[in-house]
Amino acid sequence: MLDSHIANNTLRTTQIINIQIESPTVKTYTFMDKLCSKARPGQFLMLWIPGIDEIPLSIMNASDDLVSVSVKAIGDATRHLHTFEAGATVGIRGPFGNGFTENQGRSLLISGGTGTAPLLFLAKRLIPKAKHLTFVEGAKTKTELLFINELNKVCQEKNILTTTEDGTAGLQCLVTRPLIDLLDREPYDMIYTCGPEIMVKKIFELTEQYKLPMEASLERLMRCGIGLCGSCMIGKYRVCRDGPVFTTTQLREVKDELGISKMGFDGARIPI
Amino acid sequence: MLASGIMGYSAESFTQIAKGGAGAIVTKSVSTTPRTGYTNPIVVQTNTGLLNAVGLPNPGIDSFTQEIKYTKTLIHIPLIVSIFGYTAKDYSTTAKKATEAGADAIELNVSCPHVKQTGAEIGQNPKLLTEIIQQVRTTTKKPLIVKLSPNVTNITTLAQTAVDAGADALTAINTLKALAIDSETQLPILSNIKGGLSGPAIKPVALRCVYDIAETIKIPIIGCGGISNWQDAIEFFLAGATAIQIGTAVANDMNVFQTITKGVDTYLRQKHYRSIEEIVGLAHRK
Repeated sequence: MLDSHIANNTLRTTQIINIQIESPTVKTYTFMDKLCSKARPGQFLMLWIPGIDEIPLSIMNASDDLVSVSVKAIGDATRHLHTFEAGATVGIRGPFGNGFTENQGRSLLISGGTGTAPLLFLAKRLIPKAKHLTFVEGAKTKTELLFINELNKVCQEKNILTTTEDGTAGLQCLVTRPLIDLLDREPYDMIYTCGPEIMVKKIFELTEQYKLPMEASLERLMRCGIGLCGSCMIGKYRVCRDGPVFTTTQLREVKDELGISKMGFDGARIPI
Repeated sequence: MLASGIMGYSAESFTQIAKGGAGAIVTKSVSTTPRTGYTNPIVVQTNTGLLNAVGLPNPGIDSFTQEIKYTKTLIHIPLIVSIFGYTAKDYSTTAKKATEAGADAIELNVSCPHVKQTGAEIGQNPKLLTEIIQQVRTTTKKPLIVKLSPNVTNITTLAQTAVDAGADALTAINTLKALAIDSETQLPILSNIKGGLSGPAIKPVALRCVYDIAETIKIPIIGCGGISNWQDAIEFFLAGATAIQIGTAVANDMNVFQTITKGVDTYLRQKHYRSIEEIVGLAHRK
């Protein structure tokens, strides 16, 4: 093994130094960790909740020896983490995975739910060098639209579009609905997305129709995080090692599984 | 060949391993019924090794036969199906189904150090080991490989037991039973507490085991444990292995098989050998 792989994969215990409430179900945790503070947008870390579980999380921000992740309380591990207060000890491995490329042209970023976290991180890195950036964010309801203030700081307000399923903020529709209009109107040269896989699949089909390159961050059951256990395979790819960001060409190769099936804890294929 | 437990669920992953230059593939261990494995964390990195307790997750042989059949249409190198169970009947049922689905050989996992009532608990018990090998022997004509545990007082005794019971080849070794504790939280890190150590840390132990077994055992020995480059491979051949398996080193380079094969070829050419057979066991010269 190369030394950097060993260093990244070695568990570091660290204290939560800040907790930010983002929505009724999402909190952002910030830790001090030198290795993860050098992460690129799209990379992830494995967070150990001592004695409970270890979960993969997209990195939401990284700078100055600090790293942040946004966590939605959906399972036992995440609900347990939500009870933690600043000062609590957790473990970190990473950063892992490939991350997004940083396009300097006209980019369209589309996020759903907590998928907004890595795309906000990406937007921060793109803005200084990109020609144009449009951010489209979708959520179920207004209170679950994440990072709106931060996005307003990073992007110009006219370039942010929001949708909610119940119509409490922005357009009342799925996040994919306004895309056709945008793609017809604006000459984008790169699409980035992260969110529920059904959404990613729809966006992939759209970008194929418009012949636009896309990078999508995918999620699978993850165990080792280093490409050994085979738990996170999609087609021939290991999401932890070959991804989690996949290009249009790669997505074409896995379209029989994208938004359709994944592997369960026992390695059998189950519907998404 | 690819060692058991690595990336071994799907036909697609086996195809990638074959492209990386593996001469054969050993699947993850399968059982009669599905198993979900352990809660995370299931791996801990150490300075020179990797500790794991994944917990033998697998979809069960009935579902896995489909994957075996599909894999056989995609790759043209031997597919060795690794199996485990809790009774001799479990092993023989699974071996029979794997053989019928097209397995080229069966590797008996009697050495997993982190799942109770199977694995090493069988590999450490000569009576149980004999019973299982004999019963599997009656259900398959394919080569039967027994993967040995290093977590025993005398690995040669158990190797002899396996040979006497009808094994065609031995794989030495499985992981070493080990533990990792986090000093800050004062907790074991693995959810299963104990796990199996692999990677460069265990290479000298594996090499010694192969050497010891080769002193008395005449059936083929497959060397396994911490092999990551061609020098390691050569050392195992010199100790008496006729083939090698690679596991942990695959994480960083799926083409490790090609790289090692090239290195071994160059070594043989420079030393004027025509084949690996000529160097097998050379370290035993007195």
